[in-house]
Amino acid sequence: MLDATPKEYVERSGLVINPAKTCQPVGAMYAALGIHKCLPHSHGSQGCCAYHRKFLTRNFRDPVMASTSSFTEGAAVFGGGNNLKTAIKNVFAIYNPDIIAIHTTCLSETIGDDIPSFIMGAQIPEGKYVIHANTPSYVGSHITGFSNMVKGMVKYLSVNNKKSNGKFNVIPGFINPGDMREIKRLLNAMGVPFILFPDTSGVLDAPMTGKFELYPKGGARVEDIIDAGNSTATLALGSFASADGAYELEKKCKVPQKVLKTPIGIKATDDFLMTVSKLTGREIPEEVEEERGQLVDVMVDCHYHYHGKSVALFGDPDLLIALTEFTINLGMIPKYIVTGTPGDSFENEIKEMLDAAGIEGKVKALGDLFTLHQWMKEEPVDLLMGGTHGKYIARAEDVPFVRIGFPILDRSVHSYLPITGYRGAMRVIEMISNALLDRQDRDAADEDMELIM
Amino acid sequence: MRQVAIYGKGGIGKSTTTQNLTAGLGEMGKKIMIVGCDPKADSTRLILHGLAQKSVLDTLREEGEDVELENIMKTGAFGIKCVESGGPEPGVGCAGRGIITSINMLEQLGAYTDDLDYVFYDVLGDVVCGGFAMPIREGKAQEIYIVASGEMMALYAANNICKGIQKYANTGGTRLGGIICNSRKVDGERELLEAFAKELGSQLVYFVPRDNLVQRAEINRKTVIDFAPDEAQADVYRGLARAIDGNDMFVIPKPMPQERLEAILMEHGILDN
Repeated sequence: MLDATPKEYVERSGLVINPAKTCQPVGAMYAALGIHKCLPHSHGSQGCCAYHRKFLTRNFRDPVMASTSSFTEGAAVFGGGNNLKTAIKNVFAIYNPDIIAIHTTCLSETIGDDIPSFIMGAQIPEGKYVIHANTPSYVGSHITGFSNMVKGMVKYLSVNNKKSNGKFNVIPGFINPGDMREIKRLLNAMGVPFILFPDTSGVLDAPMTGKFELYPKGGARVEDIIDAGNSTATLALGSFASADGAYELEKKCKVPQKVLKTPIGIKATDDFLMTVSKLTGREIPEEVEEERGQLVDVMVDCHYHYHGKSVALFGDPDLLIALTEFTINLGMIPKYIVTGTPGDSFENEIKEMLDAAGIEGKVKALGDLFTLHQWMKEEPVDLLMGGTHGKYIARAEDVPFVRIGFPILDRSVHSYLPITGYRGAMRVIEMISNALLDRQDRDAADEDMELIM
Repeated sequence: MRQVAIYGKGGIGKSTTTQNLTAGLGEMGKKIMIVGCDPKADSTRLILHGLAQKSVLDTLREEGEDVELENIMKTGAFGIKCVESGGPEPGVGCAGRGIITSINMLEQLGAYTDDLDYVFYDVLGDVVCGGFAMPIREGKAQEIYIVASGEMMALYAANNICKGIQKYANTGGTRLGGIICNSRKVDGERELLEAFAKELGSQLVYFVPRDNLVQRAEINRKTVIDFAPDEAQADVYRGLARAIDGNDMFVIPKPMPQERLEAILMEHGILDN
């Protein structure tokens, strides 16, 4: 299918082939769904909203509700102010959310619509909220959009009323609802009072109850996001998706912050839990220590499945930074690492890890899958890891493929099962091992087929 | 930090006035940044002594998204920091978006440092679209001055700009600080502008008389205070600087209907000539 991809890599400018990212509003919409009773609102033409909803639905296999300003030619010429005011009025009257989270689109950004002044001029019922984030897709990626919306939540909602709530904030980053659940489970196991936002668990992994709920049970409560201004500290998990929100909380409400890696893999999870322990003075409970012990046991038991294997990674920056660290910890060789999100800090952070491990790898921010494919053609790898779009490369190069990250459109259940925490790390190992061993079985001659591996 | 936007009809002398004004403020020891918001990128020529300043958008176009602040910001006369937003070539692209992009970029790069006393936005001609309103959005420029003269079209434009200001003033904190007259030596000019400003609910904040020295300084790529500090016109700009620095009249303007505008023009006699 990708037979035409030439082997020789040529520096390209102004052309992206098979991007490793999507629109800002996809991330903004996902973040907004992590607020309980929130209706995301797309300020632009209908097509944007339809596409972004569908994109999320395809990944999570759950309905994604959002409204749109429904721009027409008129709105493009005269600005979208009237559309937005009408939309806010109608949405509260008809769908009755607690909060509307507006994100912009390329069109409304180019027109230069001033959303804060529109919101100020809109009729907002008592006790309801409207927040916004600027999300032009010609800047950054869906991760930027997620980050901008989280920052918007803080900007509009969080308040410091000088009364400490004794909690600490966790901004989980662009991870699956199953992962948000796992992080909450770990924090609860430690007995730590916390506010996690956004929180899409219970929204995009809501159970089938036989009744459609426009606003499922889950999601961070607006009161909690407001109260986040009174917390003792903020932990931002993943610098690309979460740091800006934490910085904003520090700026606006004087809540000190710490930016950590997404807790994927043993070291990042250690760092996360130890930081929580240090911040709160709580011990790591035995049940969590047990999980860590199990993970180490697994790493010892099956290291020969993956040790020394080279791997190509693509996807979102926070995931890749953690996965690079984890695969190095597993004794693998992360050889190519490509994200579609721009940012020098990504390349620097990955290069530092590779250098420290003595690995000669290639890394690219604002890269695309075409580049990754070309690198793999020049020098092959043993394993490819990333979202569904990698499957064409996996087939073309006949490389085993582990689906991880966003989006995964051709397999399911991934959004329910975590890859974070120690148990998540075990799951990642299982996926890597299985993919490599399946390949070994497939390629084995009859007489070499092993029963025990 | 006071953030000030200067608007006015094309060719009225916004850039000249802004630079001479900032020179006056700079001489007073104020720390200033000028952000040129005109695709022609000619808002800082006198401060930088003609030094070709690379615009934010040119830098963006040539070097990609990783722009460094020192590449786009130059310091000129009186320690004034200068940035030119720039824009696309005439006839293509979207200049309005260009302004949004560059102002966002300046914020990201940390150009708005706390030690600044003033940030001036020198904005092209009319507020033709959302992008050109960027300097007065989201609590950026809180005060606006309109440069005008006694010519009819300048007043038409000023009235129109007030409509834009009114729109943003109702929801944000932006206010009209007054009208600056850049004189064209039209009959009864001062009286006309005073009446016009009063009708808007504002004031004629300063009257800059016409003097050929301004053109001579311009040809020499300097502000008047820089070029001929001892001449009377230099004192005029020092006066303007003091007037702006001491101004405390900030209003939501009341733009007038066409008929009323024409009536004021009639009253002060220029339509007869």
